[in-house]
Amino acid sequence: MGMTMAEKILAAHAGRAKVEPGELVRAKLDLVLGNDITAPLAIREFRSLGAEAVFDAERVVLVADHFTPNKDIKTAELVREMRAFAHENGIVHFYEGGEAGVEHALLPEKGLVGPGDLVIGADSHTCTYGALGAFATGVGSTDLAVGMATGTAWFRVPDTFRVVLGGAPRRFVTGKDVILALIGGIGVEGANYQALEFTGEGLASLSVESRLTIGNMAIEAGAKAGLMPPDEAVLAYVEGRAVRPYEIFLSDPDAHYRETLEIDLASLELQVAFPHLPENTRPISQVGDVPVNQVVIGSCTNGRMEDLRLAAGILKGKRVAGGLRAIVIPATPAIYLEALREGLLETFVTAGAMVSVPTCGPCLGGHMGVLAEGERALSTTNRNFPGRMGHPKSEVYLAGPAVAAATAILGRIGSPEEVL
Amino acid sequence: MLLEGRVWRFGDNVDTDQIIPARYLNMVDPAELARHCMEDADATFAGKVQPGDILVAGKNFGCGSSREHAPVCLKAAGVSLVIAVSFARIFYRNAINIGLPILECREAGRIAEGDRLEADLGAGTIRNRRAGEDYRAIPFPAFMQEVIRAGGLVPFIREELKRGKAGG
Repeated sequence: MGMTMAEKILAAHAGRAKVEPGELVRAKLDLVLGNDITAPLAIREFRSLGAEAVFDAERVVLVADHFTPNKDIKTAELVREMRAFAHENGIVHFYEGGEAGVEHALLPEKGLVGPGDLVIGADSHTCTYGALGAFATGVGSTDLAVGMATGTAWFRVPDTFRVVLGGAPRRFVTGKDVILALIGGIGVEGANYQALEFTGEGLASLSVESRLTIGNMAIEAGAKAGLMPPDEAVLAYVEGRAVRPYEIFLSDPDAHYRETLEIDLASLELQVAFPHLPENTRPISQVGDVPVNQVVIGSCTNGRMEDLRLAAGILKGKRVAGGLRAIVIPATPAIYLEALREGLLETFVTAGAMVSVPTCGPCLGGHMGVLAEGERALSTTNRNFPGRMGHPKSEVYLAGPAVAAATAILGRIGSPEEVL
Repeated sequence: MLLEGRVWRFGDNVDTDQIIPARYLNMVDPAELARHCMEDADATFAGKVQPGDILVAGKNFGCGSSREHAPVCLKAAGVSLVIAVSFARIFYRNAINIGLPILECREAGRIAEGDRLEADLGAGTIRNRRAGEDYRAIPFPAFMQEVIRAGGLVPFIREELKRGKAGG
């Protein structure tokens, strides 16, 4: 029997010809990632390990993105620790201030991840890089510390859950709708302990950015990774960026899948996830009258150029509804600059939206847009747990950039067709 | 290892934002984090939990972010054991890595708030004294048992680094 791409990547990095689901392997890592929340804990663990230096100063990436620009004194102190550690270890890829962006937008953009890579990141959305054909998974600070010290991690080889995409999506429907529909169908632990693999002829109809959005939210179905076979579009994206050689792993035709599910992109409607779980999805036609106080467009899920273009196209010449706060956050400095040059930022500001510097900020209720008791947000981010964006009694609805832009204009959750 | 304690009961899909809200992630000291443990699920929890108490939850406990602050704050608050019908995988891994005992038990739904439990971590058995019932937890893979015995991944790897086997 053949192997899935997840199994092949783990086998190759464990120095094995073959691995099977359920086996525990120790594997060599291509890249290890930490951020301003998880790295400070990891640095303490790293020191307690008695490690003298990181395993490879070019393969440890540290990004201060969650609370940047530093939101308070404690945060500034944590980032100072991280900076000192980065300097001490000569870490090449340490990003803060004007060089920092939301990590899962920043790393692919800088070519730090590529097809066939094995990556751990102390951030649950590390699974984003599966869109490029990497096996990338979120871990905690202790795994990050051990990864930084040894360049290795232990993995239980996961079963693979295959999602076959067919057809091409309608106008305004993007990767966000695909992944929300999937989570709505299988539930927030529908792929727990498994690797998701998105395949099928429909994949080609989705941009690389849309695929990154799909991979990003694999964790919201409990998945360990969300892989996609790299095609010409991915290779074109990676070419000229990749800082290391990469290798393409594709699933064998006789690979074993624990489950297979099909999604027809052509019949897929825009999706909205209601509080307080990403699985509470409804198609836009069944949302009803839901007024909102705040709209957020950004994050590692939907803060890339495709998202900003889509939102700006809807907001151009329109006004944000009175009393509604619309926040737009380009995910990286390069995206910010491109959006600036294209005039998208002018469109947002003219429409009455606020444009923020790159930050995770409001997605996790950190800063730059925290909700009060009883307030409701519609957000292009990835989680709508109780209190996720602020007060424990606030509410978050999740959707893609088209619904977010329309909602900002309408003052209630709505579709772009209503405003165009 | 034998553990005994009184039960605090939570439901399904308790995510890490409820275990330790992101507004406290500007802290790293376990004792400080413990003061806000479970705050967005039960704001009174940190004030009433006693050392040795056992937290019992439904399915998908610890879903969401990878923040290790979640198992760290539970451990620092004195929680001796977390039993759940199922755990989200990053929380499961983090708990073992930092030495917070957990047991995955399909019958956890039979356990009620205030019950007194005796758990044998090595054997994977749970005795509910109030109900007079015994439950079986899903056994850990052998490697994880070694990490658990070492007290977490840091002491486990530290030993290995000392033996000069790292990177193998």
